[in-house]
Amino acid sequence: MDERSEAPARRRIALVVNGNPVEAEIEPRELLLDFLRHRLGLMGAKRSCDVQVCGSCTVLLDGEPVSACCTLAYEARDRQVLTIEGLADAGRLHVLQEAFIEHAAVQCGFCTSGMILTSLELLREVPAPVPEQVRSHLKGNLCRCTGYRRIIDAVVDAGRRLAAEGASS
Amino acid sequence: MLRPFEIHEPATVTAASRLLAYYGDEAAVYAGGTELLPVMKEGLAHYPHLVNIKTIAGLESIAFHQGILRIGALATHRQIERSPVVRERLPLLGQVACGVANLRVRIAGTLGGNLCFAEPHSDPAAVLVASGATLVLARDAEERRVSAEAFFTGILQTVRLPDEILTGVEVPDPGPGVGAAYHRFALHERPIAGVAAVLAVHEGIITRACLVVGSVGPIPARIAEAEAGLIGQAPAGSVLSAAAEAAGRHADVLEDLYGSVDYKRHIVAVMARRALKEAAARGHVEAT
Ligand SMILES: Cc1cc2nc3c(=O)[nH]c(=O)nc-3n(C[C@H](O)[C@H](O)[C@H](O)COP(=O)(O)OP(=O)(O)OC[C@H]3O[C@@H](n4cnc5c(N)ncnc54)[C@H](O)[C@@H]3O)c2cc1C
Ligand code: FES
Ligand code: FES
Repeated sequence: MDERSEAPARRRIALVVNGNPVEAEIEPRELLLDFLRHRLGLMGAKRSCDVQVCGSCTVLLDGEPVSACCTLAYEARDRQVLTIEGLADAGRLHVLQEAFIEHAAVQCGFCTSGMILTSLELLREVPAPVPEQVRSHLKGNLCRCTGYRRIIDAVVDAGRRLAAEGASS
Repeated sequence: MLRPFEIHEPATVTAASRLLAYYGDEAAVYAGGTELLPVMKEGLAHYPHLVNIKTIAGLESIAFHQGILRIGALATHRQIERSPVVRERLPLLGQVACGVANLRVRIAGTLGGNLCFAEPHSDPAAVLVASGATLVLARDAEERRVSAEAFFTGILQTVRLPDEILTGVEVPDPGPGVGAAYHRFALHERPIAGVAAVLAVHEGIITRACLVVGSVGPIPARIAEAEAGLIGQAPAGSVLSAAAEAAGRHADVLEDLYGSVDYKRHIVAVMARRALKEAAARGHVEAT
């Protein structure tokens, strides 16, 4: 069937991606993951399972983790999107990113952006989480390499450091 | 890749229902999209018109009024899990929401979408049936109420008419002496089996019992044989265990990728025993 014959109107949306205002014309069917990767060239969010179980496509929408593989770009209209590319501050890595490096919590790296962004949301809500809290928060993020131990250590450590920074400032 | 579709943004339930009536089987309600979009991505269904009900104000509100907890259809699992009203009035529902799927699905997925999709592996469905909940359906400007027990008719099937919108769920306050519990068993996200138990215990005797088995069969269903063995009895371990065994034996169980019939029956009995014990203990605490 000729898809164009049923092609619906495109829409103009405005959103903020990693702090930068973006305007774009999208088709309603366009997925947020494709929008970020193919239109904006932000390759940090990865497509793996494509059905919301692995978390490698996680981005934050108004601060909350979503599976970009199953979220329409349309849903990001007038909202804030944060991808892993927007986490470092003027070239300075976020404490979570440093902790992942120091704890060797990255092997192939495919899950890493999702792990870090999901953990970021946790640390905003629970300043210094214990391993059990990290484990339950990251339950929907799969890693096929590390065995999780180092990831959990890294998040707990980053939480401790952030809490200490908060306490001293 | 998704095939092209248009998204409509009604401002009222009536307008949404009229869009559904107008486009007929070319249209579907679009809430969180956590079930709908994967189905469309797989090409299992195609709707050229999605009616986004998230543009309708107020459909996500959660409130307690005159003995009834009302949860809007657009309340997400995450909102239910965090709602102070739910925590105070029906803490079980909050705990159950907290165990649904994974964080991302809880953030986007709504209670209404969970119920209307009627995928058999649903946690809230079993709990709502056991709690005597009522679903509020709106069509054009009219409203009707259907018990959660009567809502589900089969796998992915409900009594909802194509142009009806589920606007909310109403759960009556259980009252004193009533204990409720839910136990699920899951290896991945969705439950293999889930059992909800609600017991009213007065002066050491079970006066009302509702035992609902979910996920293993086409719909969440009360198990009359198990309930009959509970009424009029003291909530002793042997009584609860016998009822749990009956639940395992009499549940409508289908074999699927989640497991064989025998396996699921076994799991149901174990979950039922745990749920009954916890419900009885909670009912006891409530009564004293
Ligand atoms: C990976 C994964 C794991 C899951 N695990 C669990 C689990 O452990 N336990 C569990 O209980 N559930 C589980 N679910 C199901 C989850 O709860 C649902 O996906 C979610 O609640 C659906 O809500 P939604 O708003 O995204 O629905 P949508 O996808 O938007 O809609 C689903 C269906 O309902 C219709 N619909 C939606 N809202 C309404 C309404 N108000 N009125 C009329 N029709 C409506 C739509 O047309 C569509 O047919 C899981 C889902 C996924 C994807
Ligand atoms: S690719 Fe989106 S959750 Fe796996
Ligand atoms: S590091 Fe390879 S999947 Fe996690």
